[in-house]
Amino acid sequence: MQVAPFLAYLAAAALFIYGIRRLRTPETARSGNTLAAIGMVIALIATIFVADIDKVLSAAEIGAGVLVGSVLGAVAAQRVHMSAMPQMVAAFNGVGGGAAALVAVSEFYRVEALGQGQETLVSAVAVLFSVIIGTVSFAGSIIAFIKLQELALTGSVTFPLQQVVNAAIFLSILLLSANILAGGIVLSPLVSLYLILGASLLLGVLFVIPIGGADMPIVISLLNAFTGLAAAASGFVLSNYALIISGTLVGASGTILTRLMSGALGRPLGKIIFAGIAASGDSGSEQQEDREVNDRSAGEVGEYLADEAEKVVIVPGYGLAVAQAQQALRDLVETLESEGKEVLFGIHPVAGRMPGHMNVLLTEVGIPYEKLYDLEDINPEFDDADAAIIVGANDVVNPSANDPEVESPISGMPVLTVENAEHVIFIKRSLSPGFAGVDNPLFYDTEKTIMLFSDAKQGLQDLNEAVKNS
Amino acid sequence: MTSQLLAELAIFVIAAFLGFELISRVPSLLHTPLMSATNAIHGIVLVGAIIALASASDTFTTTVGMIAVIFGAMNVVGGFWVTNRMLGMFGPPKKRVKKRGE
Repeated sequence: MQVAPFLAYLAAAALFIYGIRRLRTPETARSGNTLAAIGMVIALIATIFVADIDKVLSAAEIGAGVLVGSVLGAVAAQRVHMSAMPQMVAAFNGVGGGAAALVAVSEFYRVEALGQGQETLVSAVAVLFSVIIGTVSFAGSIIAFIKLQELALTGSVTFPLQQVVNAAIFLSILLLSANILAGGIVLSPLVSLYLILGASLLLGVLFVIPIGGADMPIVISLLNAFTGLAAAASGFVLSNYALIISGTLVGASGTILTRLMSGALGRPLGKIIFAGIAASGDSGSEQQEDREVNDRSAGEVGEYLADEAEKVVIVPGYGLAVAQAQQALRDLVETLESEGKEVLFGIHPVAGRMPGHMNVLLTEVGIPYEKLYDLEDINPEFDDADAAIIVGANDVVNPSANDPEVESPISGMPVLTVENAEHVIFIKRSLSPGFAGVDNPLFYDTEKTIMLFSDAKQGLQDLNEAVKNS
Repeated sequence: MTSQLLAELAIFVIAAFLGFELISRVPSLLHTPLMSATNAIHGIVLVGAIIALASASDTFTTTVGMIAVIFGAMNVVGGFWVTNRMLGMFGPPKKRVKKRGE
């Protein structure tokens, strides 16, 4: 490799690393993203000199391809609603994985069918890694997109012998790979690679369909790490340092990020991936009890807030995002603040559809991020709060998560201690338990808890009117 | 050949450890932007796609390379763009006060 492009790749890698570093604090995050983007431009310009673009035709093809992809990406990124962010990230991740797999397929075909270049054991292994991981990431991300967009396959989709089928597909991929590495004893290497491509597509689909909506962010993060590794494998195929460094960086940091996320949810990764199968088995054990709750109208709750509450902590959850009620929430906050009340937000690490997603949604409607407290910072605040308003959340405020007597999917998950506030107000459509399917004992504490049964958006609007009028 | 492979392996191992160390103690507020930004960075695969398309010599490799370039460019441009939009909301508080006054 020539010296100049190599140095340019090193500069790009340094910018990626420094950019990720700056993404660790809110104040510097945006500049971090810009620095990483500059690194990408440098790497792409250097590539023009690395790739032997000797024909005018291939230069035109490359230019056209880059242009089409850039326009598609930019338009999608500009038009997407912030609440649809998770599926947007899944889609971009999917095409990245697909690109990595296709690069490897193209290289393999060049060596095998056209006899250009030489094949080594290392490049064959790298091709296999890139094709398998990249394709699984592609298919899995597309399924994640379809699920999150609620086009089809919502919830956990399972069928009998799912694990056995997955294992069989994986085994056949391994056998086909061994066939390629042995030089094609049974099938020709090219046919084997196409079969691997198909089997990996199927595996990616089957890997993601049993996973339920709330665990989807963790799966996207995992697939993000996969795509990084697939890109790194493509780097070994092409002996390209930029791909190896950047792909590996994303693979490693994506793995850590996945662990951070699943840790915040209190669900080990293995439990999430195999949870769909377990959950479908004992869904009948949930008993419905007719217990008394303190059910009040928006008018009554609004009166209480206006007259007696001085310090209010709002806990938004998944239901707020689903109902698109961020604007209504901001209006209520403004009304409360104009009456001189202190309003804070307690954001659970997994509130919304992705960690940090709720923060994005709330800042989008103009709620300053200084008011958004995370778990450790908000919990002491509940002690002297007059009211905790929980909008569309349940699992993240369920005290039974830390009750050693109760064994549930959310056992051990850190929760917001809303029960320490003077009153707890739930705005919720029904008593149905949250995603984890665990009943919340707070619902039945008629002394402390007020239930306002309503859609999040409608409930917040009614509450806002009630506070204004009293 | 061998010395190049060893260099590549060394880079791989060091980059892996660097990746592990880079992401620690990140506030959960930034998990989504961070995922989105690293998502854009693996769009570096576009570099590989360009090299593949440049060396394409028949219809099959040209088609595959073309799709890879389009996919890679979508990953890069869309990824950074969407991250920038997300992070634009974490701007300095002064600006937001103005916005709220509208």
